[in-house]
Amino acid sequence: MSGKPILQGVDLALEPGRIHALMGPNGSGKSTLALSLAGQPGFAVTRGRASLDGEDILALAPHERARRGMFLAFQYPPEIEGVALKEFLRLACGERGQGFCEFHKSYPQAINQLRMEAFDGRELNVGFSGGEKKRAELLQLYLLRPKVALLDEPDSGVDVDALRLIASAIRDLALGGAAVLIITHYPRILEHVPPSDVFVLDEGRIVERGGPELADRIGEDGFEAVRR
Amino acid sequence: MTGRVTPRALTREFLEQLSGEKSEPAWMRAHRQRCLAVFEGLRMPRFGPDLSSLDFADLAYYARPVEPVKRWEDLPDEIRGTFQALRLPEAEQRALAGLGAQVDSEVVYRSMLDEVRAQEVIFTSMDTAVREHPWVQDYFMKAIPPEDNKFAALHGAVWSGGTFIWIPAGVEVTVPLQAYYRMQTEAVGQFEHTLIVAEPGSSVHYIEGCSAPRHSRAALHSGMVEIFAKEGAKVRFTTVQNWSKNVYNLNNKRALAHAGAAVDWVSGSLGSKVTMLYPTTVLLGPGARTENLAFTFAQEGMWLDSGARALHRAPETTSRLISRSVVQGSGKSVFRGTVHVSPLAKGSKAHVECSTLLLTPDAKTETIPILNAETDDVELGHEATVGRVSQDQLFYLMSRGLSQAQAMSLIVNGFVSPILKEIPLEYSIELRGLLEMSFEKAIG
Repeated sequence: MSGKPILQGVDLALEPGRIHALMGPNGSGKSTLALSLAGQPGFAVTRGRASLDGEDILALAPHERARRGMFLAFQYPPEIEGVALKEFLRLACGERGQGFCEFHKSYPQAINQLRMEAFDGRELNVGFSGGEKKRAELLQLYLLRPKVALLDEPDSGVDVDALRLIASAIRDLALGGAAVLIITHYPRILEHVPPSDVFVLDEGRIVERGGPELADRIGEDGFEAVRR
Repeated sequence: MTGRVTPRALTREFLEQLSGEKSEPAWMRAHRQRCLAVFEGLRMPRFGPDLSSLDFADLAYYARPVEPVKRWEDLPDEIRGTFQALRLPEAEQRALAGLGAQVDSEVVYRSMLDEVRAQEVIFTSMDTAVREHPWVQDYFMKAIPPEDNKFAALHGAVWSGGTFIWIPAGVEVTVPLQAYYRMQTEAVGQFEHTLIVAEPGSSVHYIEGCSAPRHSRAALHSGMVEIFAKEGAKVRFTTVQNWSKNVYNLNNKRALAHAGAAVDWVSGSLGSKVTMLYPTTVLLGPGARTENLAFTFAQEGMWLDSGARALHRAPETTSRLISRSVVQGSGKSVFRGTVHVSPLAKGSKAHVECSTLLLTPDAKTETIPILNAETDDVELGHEATVGRVSQDQLFYLMSRGLSQAQAMSLIVNGFVSPILKEIPLEYSIELRGLLEMSFEKAIG
């Protein structure tokens, strides 16, 4: 990339079973943080550390991070032609240690829960609308059962019904013990999934942190309210 | 000519001796001699891959290392082991209406289901057909005359082995017939001739597989396939070749499709040093259609020059020429998609589509579409794409826990799946396995 530092001064902890929100204006570095944690090779982490259950993950390849329980729901998931969604999920679940039989039980349940019957038999993200892509990301999240879930703008492009489904799936995930981080520049989704911790990122730094009231404040007054 | 006879000189006397050993009728003796004269007068192809290291004086034009047998068990261990590894006896039991296996110049094994024999289908070696059915001369090299190109002429002079299939009118052979071609001897030339005559309203699916052990000297495979699909007949011809990297694979394949007939060519090309292969369908009768689905995987040091031709000669004819190529190392793939629509072929449709995926920086590809219509009343479509495996796709799949090799293989398999799903399961499993093996090698 251009060699320009994007993030400096990010310090946050994600706790199991809790829902966290990372808010910030466009271009503040939210997606960069998520992609760096997932190991996107386009971003170099020059300083600092990130650990999962005490293990440094920055030296690990993306798939090794995933196998230890990291998950990133992409803001813009790419389309992969010719790869059946179900086949792909079976392979990925296998790498998370789920057996064949287990998958064949959990897959129809997840499809049913997320009302995704129409997705069965389709190719991975191919021809999906923006909202469909978000739901497909959630389906993966649901089946892969990660320890840490980073959700980059999980509500963009989705209608109200889908938003409710997504919100309830995220709450389930946290109830199941996952540490959840919702990344958003818009507080709408947080009304459906109230976070216990809110971080505000601006120009690559965490500039404010607090409880659910912080999201409300930003909802009313915008990011100006927290800028110094 | 028993045992191992391997003349390296291409002479009239050799052809005479070959005809004599095969007890050929006069028309075939004359045909061979005429083809040799045509061969000597024609130039090498003036397009495509470099053929300069193919030495016509260093080829065994006839080799018979193995005698024909009635049972697999009677084959020599080495050959039997090879056929077993290729699971031919298993496929014969489970999924085929008939099977032929050829080693170098001669068919060594052949079988056919009784049900198919009862339908009066003829499925025999080409040599036998020439001896037993005089009417074969009405078809033999009538779709591709020796004058067509130098390798067609060479083939006509020295051809040996191959398959003859005749399907009576209205008979549908529901299970595929298959032949397997093995080149065993070093620096051998294999020139099998395949002739399929599908009478009106009949249908057949024929599969051929090819392989060879690796030798250091160049070998030549120059087969010929001629298909005559009469009114309303359906013929599907599937080829999967995994020749070793010393093989020049220079073939001629052509089908004549009469009114309402359908001819499909499906191919998977994974091997050879050089391939030149352009299956052609001449759409002779109204409503005839053809499809060509080709998958090529050009690896280090290979040049796979392939393509498809559809010649529309009658109204309301349809062609679809689809190719997916994957190129690795310093490999090169070229796709020549040719459509010609004559003034008679009003209301015809043709679609040419070629997509290539380059896996390495040195990989090369070229697409050469030639679409030519001599009538306005025609629908022509052409699409070509060249891409590399996208880093975004790789990262996405890896972020779900797949290793780089797994991710790569999933993406490439997905890319070729529109073609692979048309290839019978036994072969597509082999193809996918070969693809995966070479990624693992490439990624380390």
